[in-house]
Amino acid sequence: MAAEDHSAHDHHHHDQHGSELSEMQARVRALETILSEKGYVDPAALDRIIETYETEVGPHNGARIVARAWVDPEFRARLLADGSGAANSLGHVSPVGSHLIAVENTPEQHNLVVCTLCSCYPWEVLGLPPVWYKSAAFRSRAVIDPRSVLADFGVALPAETKIRVWDSTAETRFLVVPMRPEGTQGWSEERLAALVTRDSMVGTGLVTAP
Amino acid sequence: MSNTVHDMGGMHGFGPVEPEANEPPFHAEWEGRVLAMQRAMGAAGLWTIDGGRASLEMLPPVEYLRSSYYRRWFLGLERRLLAHGLVAEDELAAGRSLRPGRALNRRLTLADVAKPPTRGNFARPAAAPARFKPGDTVRTRNINPPTHTRLPRYARSKTGTVEAVRGCHVFPDTAAIDAGENPQWLYTVVFAATELWGEAAEPGLTVSIEAFEPYLEPA
Repeated sequence: MAAEDHSAHDHHHHDQHGSELSEMQARVRALETILSEKGYVDPAALDRIIETYETEVGPHNGARIVARAWVDPEFRARLLADGSGAANSLGHVSPVGSHLIAVENTPEQHNLVVCTLCSCYPWEVLGLPPVWYKSAAFRSRAVIDPRSVLADFGVALPAETKIRVWDSTAETRFLVVPMRPEGTQGWSEERLAALVTRDSMVGTGLVTAP
Repeated sequence: MSNTVHDMGGMHGFGPVEPEANEPPFHAEWEGRVLAMQRAMGAAGLWTIDGGRASLEMLPPVEYLRSSYYRRWFLGLERRLLAHGLVAEDELAAGRSLRPGRALNRRLTLADVAKPPTRGNFARPAAAPARFKPGDTVRTRNINPPTHTRLPRYARSKTGTVEAVRGCHVFPDTAAIDAGENPQWLYTVVFAATELWGEAAEPGLTVSIEAFEPYLEPA
């Protein structure tokens, strides 16, 4: 799993979830009972789907892709030309569907990904989207005032770095390739991958060396 | 529906973004059950991914805004199950099945979900060559369909540049309303923030959308 993402923002906002809890727990249980009694769903298959997202699909997959791009210029070029094809050539990353597009941060341009209309997110390489990605605050502000959104994450870019926002309005999915931090020359791919955070692959974080 | 609260780009007033340290995959057990039921029932093939999105957009705006992501998913799933006659209101009220289920085309089994899922491929053969190419200046149409669309309000009637052609894809506007896949060319179209938001926008900021050909005209 990628390293700790938000040490500077260690607050929790569960009120919304808390107030829904008992009502939703009961309604969801009732629906599952109905669907399984009717033979539409197999509860064991549901268990397995949940387990997949809890244990297997996560930002470690994206981090491996980024780390490979940092150490292998030929892979980097292929990734930027054909995200899905390049990602799928890495045997240790779970299969990535079509339409993955990798976009690279540079000193000149910083990329930020959002879905203003719903919550489209590259699940296969980053896992389930975090609550903030699905929030009205992020979805509304990312396209009009991205620098203030980055400030909410404690990220301040140089004034001369231009920001490019990618609104995920179709089935294409975007993976940001963050800049490799200074002082990591000679690091192994595995060690580099451990530095790559989920947020850095959405564009709300930067990768830093310890 | 297109012009409702789900189309949030550029709105004010929702406050700061609040990242959560060490966020768990699910904040309550029911959230995972909703995700799993959504995926299992989606496999039956009775609705499209676009139809699923449209069902969330049809939630009353106040309900949409006050619901968490998985609550929205649950409410949308309930609506689709009712609309397709897979469950009935009296069963939801009773919390149990009151009559036998319908036959489904596909029932997801444990073997089907042994490995992590791979997303579907939305590319389709094209009926005609792409109308635009990278570098073309285009203007987005001013459309306001009462049904589903993926052209956000903030990017309607705006002039931008085609940056990439992404292939020919299932067209959400028709797929969502069971009017067919109607494949259309898909483009990345990039706009200067000043075109979208006016002179006060951040200099140098650019925003792109993924735009289907019917959203675009030459400029």
